[in-house]
Amino acid sequence: MSVMDPAPAQISTSGRDYFATLARWKIWEILFWAALAGCYFVPEMDRMLMSRVIIWGLFAMSLDILLGYRGIPSLGHAVFFGTGAYVAGFCGKYGWTEPISALFFAMAIAAALGWLTGKLVQRVAGVGLLMVTLGLNLILFDFVLRSTDLTGGDDGLQGIVIAPVLNMFRFDIYGRTAFWYALVVAFILFVAARILVKSPFGLALIGARENPRRMITLGAPVEGDVSRAFMIAAALAGAAGALLTQTTQTVAPPTLSFQRSADVLVILIIGGAGRLYGGFIGAIVFILLQDYLSSISPVYWYFWIGLLLVVIVSFFRKGLLPSLDALLQRFIKRKPDTPS
Amino acid sequence: MASILTVLFNGVAYGFLLFVMSVGLSVTLGMMNFVNLAQASFSMLGGYILVTAMQGYGLPFLLCLPIVFVLVGVVSVVVERLIFRHFYKTDDLTQVLLTIGLVFMSIAMATYVWGGTYQRFDMPSWIIGQKEIFGLTLETYRIFLVGFGAVMAVALIFGLERTQLGAMVRACVDNRRVAGACGLNTELIFAFTFAIGGGLAGLGGALSANLLGLDPNFPLRYLVYILIVVSVGGMGTITGTLIAALALGIADVLGKYYFPQFGSFIIYLLTVAFMLWRPHGLLGRGA
Repeated sequence: MSVMDPAPAQISTSGRDYFATLARWKIWEILFWAALAGCYFVPEMDRMLMSRVIIWGLFAMSLDILLGYRGIPSLGHAVFFGTGAYVAGFCGKYGWTEPISALFFAMAIAAALGWLTGKLVQRVAGVGLLMVTLGLNLILFDFVLRSTDLTGGDDGLQGIVIAPVLNMFRFDIYGRTAFWYALVVAFILFVAARILVKSPFGLALIGARENPRRMITLGAPVEGDVSRAFMIAAALAGAAGALLTQTTQTVAPPTLSFQRSADVLVILIIGGAGRLYGGFIGAIVFILLQDYLSSISPVYWYFWIGLLLVVIVSFFRKGLLPSLDALLQRFIKRKPDTPS
Repeated sequence: MASILTVLFNGVAYGFLLFVMSVGLSVTLGMMNFVNLAQASFSMLGGYILVTAMQGYGLPFLLCLPIVFVLVGVVSVVVERLIFRHFYKTDDLTQVLLTIGLVFMSIAMATYVWGGTYQRFDMPSWIIGQKEIFGLTLETYRIFLVGFGAVMAVALIFGLERTQLGAMVRACVDNRRVAGACGLNTELIFAFTFAIGGGLAGLGGALSANLLGLDPNFPLRYLVYILIVVSVGGMGTITGTLIAALALGIADVLGKYYFPQFGSFIIYLLTVAFMLWRPHGLLGRGA
């Protein structure tokens, strides 16, 4: 923080206290995760669907690090999701059936790819950036679709075997293990991401989003932070992809199609970027809506998704969560206490 | 030797098609910085209007083209006035999301009105078949495309460089605020340019329907090509768009003819490399 700014009243003079205030868990956050876990006990709940919601939420949260906190739009985020999904698929196919270590391995590969991508695009902006990220997505998709010997092409990988989690919980068709596995992994990664964005590093990302020139004069490594943000976002997206492979035991090219990149962007925008929870809220709205609409009109449901998108960017420019938040703030007439 | 020239010629024909589809987007991007992915939907609309006019009303092919141009131009200016103009001050991403939402909607609407299958065309007999030119056997339709595209390109470059309206448009592209301060009605000029660009996109779609096939997923298939042309050529430049479109058309046809196992891979790779080398495109202005 600059010494020129008069510190707001509730921010303590000591930096450590400031970050401690930021990092304090709020009651609604605990309620949110408790409610998500509670879904398991609701009778008639489709647990496979819920685990898909959680995985998409994690995926959208990974994009949030990049877009919401660093302000970099990416039209190719499915690259990292798909990389994680295929790495986990290869692991399961060639004998590395233990899921948790395979998940870490998938994250590491995706992170390396993310770091490289960040290095590539750190000087490109605007339409050029959209084009490059989209182009990278198309390259990978084309590659996977055509390397039929390696990836099975259109049919996807066959014969993926995933061992029981911790040697105790087998993946079953009711999605019991899938649900808890996805939820616990997503929660742990969420906590890690939360610590990260509430740290000085997170503050530097927001600073570079708001005013990169000023951050440079403050001595912040703005360009290096781009590749670091890409790396972190890619690792999280890779984890989401690996989760999807492991819970469904299948992986096919649609996991890294441009459609998926667009969908995750839509999810994040619906929920609202820049507050980690936006991705999860967006995923709940999007996936449940998708499930409902595609069951009542299999051909035309994309019309409603398109309309939803247009309405969201027209009337809730920042997404559902920030708009609700602003409404709430106005209602109780209190100044917002977090910088994002 | 003859075959490589034929392939090259097919690439040029394809390139002119891409040029007609994307030139409107390039100019409006340069002028208002508005990322309009729905340009591809205008192209699809053009294709469907052509089908309806030819198959439904039995109008001759050449008469259908001006009808397509006018109708799609009107539709695009209506969309611009109703929706797009509220989004000129927002960031790239909001515009991308808004217009991709419209693309999704247009796909569903096209499926509803025209059905989800590929459209069948009965082109007039004079345009089907092949002709011998300089010892090369070329398809008549592609010869027509090259001629049409070349005339369009010359007319657009001439119109922009030599007419008063073109000067106004160039002024708005260079600096919209100063142009406004000089007394130009920038909103009106923009709406007009948008109409012409949309009409051209429709024309491109109509001309391509016979060659590339027309179904409701047309916008998603060609969106990427339009974006490549615009970003490689540089926004706000007709010449840059023309060069990029021809290069893309030739590279795509050559690649698919000689290295079919790679598909579009080479194109995407070249585009990404090019964008990293020149982030503002071939003839685009910095920032």
